[in-house]
Amino acid sequence: MNDLLRRMLFLPPQGSTVAGDIDQLHYFVIITTFILSTLIGLSAFFFFFRYRRRRVGQLTAKVEPTLWFELLVIGLPTFFFLLWAVIGYRDYIRIVTPPANSIDVYVMAKKWMWKFAYPDGPNSIAVLRVPAQRPVRLLMTSRDVIHSFYVPDFRIKQDVVPGRYTQAWFEATQPGRYQILCAEYCGVGHSTMWGEVIAMPPDEFDAWITHERQGLGQRRDIGELSTTPTEIDPASNLAVQGRQIAASQGCFKCHSIDGSPHIGPTWLDLYGRSERLASGDYVTADEGYITESMMDPRAKIVLGYDPVMPTYQGRITAPETAAVIEFIRSLRRPEPGAAPSLTYPPAASSRIGLPAPRGPVPPTAPASLGGSVTGVLNQAPATRDPARSAPETPPPTQNISPPRENTATPQPAPSGGRAP
Amino acid sequence: MSAEGGPRVGVGVAEAGAHASRVAHHFQDFEQQRHAARFGMWLFLGTEVLLFGGLFVAYAIYRVAYGDAFHEASCLLDLKLGTTNTVVLITSSFAVAAAVHYAHHDQKWPTVVSLLLTIGMGLAFLGIKSVEYAHKFQEGALPGKYYHFEKVQEPGASMFFTVYFFLTGLHAIHVIIGLSVLSWLAWRAIRGDFKGGYDLPVELGGLYWHLVDIVWIFLFPLLYLA
Amino acid sequence: MSEPHAEHHYLNHETTVWSWLGTRDHKRIAIMFLVLVLIALFLGGMFAMALRIELLTPAPDITDALGYNQLFTLHGIVMIFLFMIPAIPSVFGNFFLPLMIGAEDVAFPRLNLATVYIYVLGASLALWGMIHGAADTGWTFYTPYSTTTITKVVPILIGAFILGMGSIFTGLNFIVTIHTLRAPGLTWMRLPLFVWAIYGTSIIQVLATPVLGLTVLLVAFENAFGFGIFDPARGGDPILFQHLFWFYSHPAVYIMVLPAMGIISECVACFSRKNYFGYRAIAYSSLGIAFVGFFTWGHHLFVSGQSAYDNGAFAVLSMLVGVFTAIKVFNWVATMYKGAISFRTPFAYICGFLFFLVFGGMTGVAVATVGLDVHWHDTYFVVAHFHFIMVGAVIMAFLAGLHYWFPKMFGRMYPEGWGLVSAVLIILGFNATFIPQFLLGNMGMPRRYFHYPERFQALNIASTAGASLLFFGFLIIFIYLLLAFRYGARAEHNPWHSRGFEWRTSSPPHPHNFTRQPVFTHGPHEYNRPLEESDDVR
Repeated sequence: MNDLLRRMLFLPPQGSTVAGDIDQLHYFVIITTFILSTLIGLSAFFFFFRYRRRRVGQLTAKVEPTLWFELLVIGLPTFFFLLWAVIGYRDYIRIVTPPANSIDVYVMAKKWMWKFAYPDGPNSIAVLRVPAQRPVRLLMTSRDVIHSFYVPDFRIKQDVVPGRYTQAWFEATQPGRYQILCAEYCGVGHSTMWGEVIAMPPDEFDAWITHERQGLGQRRDIGELSTTPTEIDPASNLAVQGRQIAASQGCFKCHSIDGSPHIGPTWLDLYGRSERLASGDYVTADEGYITESMMDPRAKIVLGYDPVMPTYQGRITAPETAAVIEFIRSLRRPEPGAAPSLTYPPAASSRIGLPAPRGPVPPTAPASLGGSVTGVLNQAPATRDPARSAPETPPPTQNISPPRENTATPQPAPSGGRAP
Repeated sequence: MSAEGGPRVGVGVAEAGAHASRVAHHFQDFEQQRHAARFGMWLFLGTEVLLFGGLFVAYAIYRVAYGDAFHEASCLLDLKLGTTNTVVLITSSFAVAAAVHYAHHDQKWPTVVSLLLTIGMGLAFLGIKSVEYAHKFQEGALPGKYYHFEKVQEPGASMFFTVYFFLTGLHAIHVIIGLSVLSWLAWRAIRGDFKGGYDLPVELGGLYWHLVDIVWIFLFPLLYLA
Repeated sequence: MSEPHAEHHYLNHETTVWSWLGTRDHKRIAIMFLVLVLIALFLGGMFAMALRIELLTPAPDITDALGYNQLFTLHGIVMIFLFMIPAIPSVFGNFFLPLMIGAEDVAFPRLNLATVYIYVLGASLALWGMIHGAADTGWTFYTPYSTTTITKVVPILIGAFILGMGSIFTGLNFIVTIHTLRAPGLTWMRLPLFVWAIYGTSIIQVLATPVLGLTVLLVAFENAFGFGIFDPARGGDPILFQHLFWFYSHPAVYIMVLPAMGIISECVACFSRKNYFGYRAIAYSSLGIAFVGFFTWGHHLFVSGQSAYDNGAFAVLSMLVGVFTAIKVFNWVATMYKGAISFRTPFAYICGFLFFLVFGGMTGVAVATVGLDVHWHDTYFVVAHFHFIMVGAVIMAFLAGLHYWFPKMFGRMYPEGWGLVSAVLIILGFNATFIPQFLLGNMGMPRRYFHYPERFQALNIASTAGASLLFFGFLIIFIYLLLAFRYGARAEHNPWHSRGFEWRTSSPPHPHNFTRQPVFTHGPHEYNRPLEESDDVR
């Protein structure tokens, strides 16, 4: 019965412990609505046939409502509406009251991505791994505008507001993958600000997070050792040099090289791409534009990004600029002719855009994360600057972990303390 | 009220006599027109109260959130100038009430003088206010991102000045509108328009000025005495 | 019936351009508003069609994400501020309120004329803002998005402020008119229910609009100068904006729907040829909705993180609106009981209205149930719900009124056959457009989505198909009404044999409405007794 009604109403699967109860109330309300609307429609229809106009200027009797009629039409809706309000409120209190044994995850929303941080690491972008059958509390804040964390399968939604923390909780009933959508309008990327909850069997989750934290510790150790400035080997490939320069200049604080959204436009497939500017014009990202963007970054801002990039005039030499551009040129997706646009960062859509298969996901299974980025990147030492990669490293299932840092992002306190 | 089915045109003339020329065709008589105008004015004043209402809500919210900052910032406002302004504005309300009284009793020059006095006091209020504003600009006690006032650095201090400037600025705009209305009334009074019991514009203008005054009576304690 | 059209009426009274642009006649002002709001409806409708076409596929079809965001913003602003809010009060309210209460004009005719120009000014500013870097904030202007967006919001905000002023003046004018200009014998309990509805509407316009005016000004200042009042980085609270905004914008829903209910009350009585059933219940429930409407805004913030106690209180208060609406619906249906029903085009729209209002209202109750709303909030379910109320109910009533009063306003009849065809087309098209959207909301498709997961595509195509039906329905109406205005059959003075008060004078009415002073000895729509001599004031 439940399943039949759920399918008739196009409701998504019931993925959380509260979803079943919410849907029960949903059926109650909708069925009553249908019965009432039909009754009203039928009585109007009946009156039309029963009391058709017989002649022009016909007189009709004056009918006054009786007391019982008035009491009925006031009492009946009031009864149902208040009943629903009470049941709905009881359910709502359940939705907003996290159980005491919940595990905490910090959520930072920004245009247009979800970042998750466990109190003791690791962090991730767009993918939230949680144990099934265990309550998870989300402590959420936004970096820029209001977003809203929405998982249809869980029947939960909570606005994520800059300047304050809001919370939500859920308990996934079984392992599986559940889509996260942003439900509060937040700009150009609003409709692609998606993410995914991956609910894992609890013991696998424990194993995964332990592994992740060990990895974090190891990488942090290496990071502390390699404090010497990056040496550039002049003999190496120009693109490799460019990559090292970009790393030492801190470009990866804002630009990703795997297509994932970040503070600035991604470098993947950037070269030759036609970008829409904040002014509404289009520009082709060639050597000229990229050089201009380094020297006078605020001249032409790509639509959807804030003018926050500092100038590199005087901080980077001409050969170095050329090396960085060569590195950007090398960041290509293998498919020829794929014309990525700003609106659909291809990596993002390949990661989370497709309807995710539901069902258990072994934690070590290579998720579609990251895709296959080829080019110089794969040959380049993956983490020459490992200290930077620590805080934001996506799960190890990713083929490569590009150095990514986001010190500009104020992380929620518990995870912030962990940043190297 | 006219007789049943009687001719509509000319009803006003029959009943309102001397005011006939001032009764619009769609009113029955002068009294009905006065009633409508007065009623409309009170409704309009109601909308003005709600216009300020939104800012008062903002004040209340931020006051609760940043009580200490609001208190400290409020202490740094110039209480002397604020008090002077309050006295000036309340006295001007008295003057405009006098103008309404004289207009009602057909006394042309006392009406004019009272109106001019009101205007003078309104200008004085604006003058004092601009001195205060100039101070704030010098000190950097400005709203939002322009705030660089050293004396109060607590979080929320800039919010006090945001609310302060919005409230007093909106009020000042109302003072300016009120002054324009009063000047127009004074000009008409000098021309001798208000006679034979026709004093409605003065009364309505007076009502508006009282609103300006009453809003200030709330602003003063909220901003200066907080 | 005397010879129709042989006489002198408000349309042929004077014909110079200035006699229109400078008129103080409430009827001519109403006609000017009719033209203006129909232009707005057309514009908003074109934006809506563009949105629906774009949503046929998840990929960019006719525009990019920014273009889409600007389109839905413009659709919202044009439809709400330029069409929905002024449509019924400024057109039918202006035209029929004085006729119904036996007055020669509204209390402040010059102010009434000013509202036309205020509307034109506000609309031009908003349109200018659209052409030069249209806003992409949504019509809700949520901070901090609206204060940081690179698109130009300020002209549209100022435009909204100016339009709000016009709305206030209209409401103020009507309240004073109803209080002071009722003809002899017209007591409060004899007022037509349309007048009661307009009265309730006007109260909301006067009391709520100033708050919107202030709020949009604050946002404009924030956007232009960064004063920080809603900026979290400077201690401001973006949620405060939502409270202030919805304090107006929720009652604004009743500014739209209450006059629609008034039209339906008139049409149901006329076409059922029946006394209003439960006159007092309908009249008081209008005031009840106007009053309770002020205390329900918080249901727009159910998932914003406001306190659970607030949510509970706002949920219960929102239910009360449902109760008042239910009272009205039951009374309308009961009015048909033992009536003498004639199924003309307006009656078809009444049926559509009743269905949309009941369904839209009940889904409104459903989203007011806070536990359920968590899933539905900001999804297409909400979009479908408010379109059921705003397009479904309000446009049905607008069209019912337009057809019912077309002979009164222009002295000509519309083609009945085409009227019924387009009514059926519109009602079907409307259901086909928005019922899929309810289901999309159930599936979890958030609103304002340019790009959507592929599982939502089938229902989006269905919705777009329905929208095209709707579009053709409107096109037919537009064409035949234009033709009827010029070539329609001459109408009798009272083609419906209606006993609504506005029909007591000639059609089209005399420039000063009546040739002799109307006197009222009973209420409107009393079909239980023969006509009296005083019922005719031509």
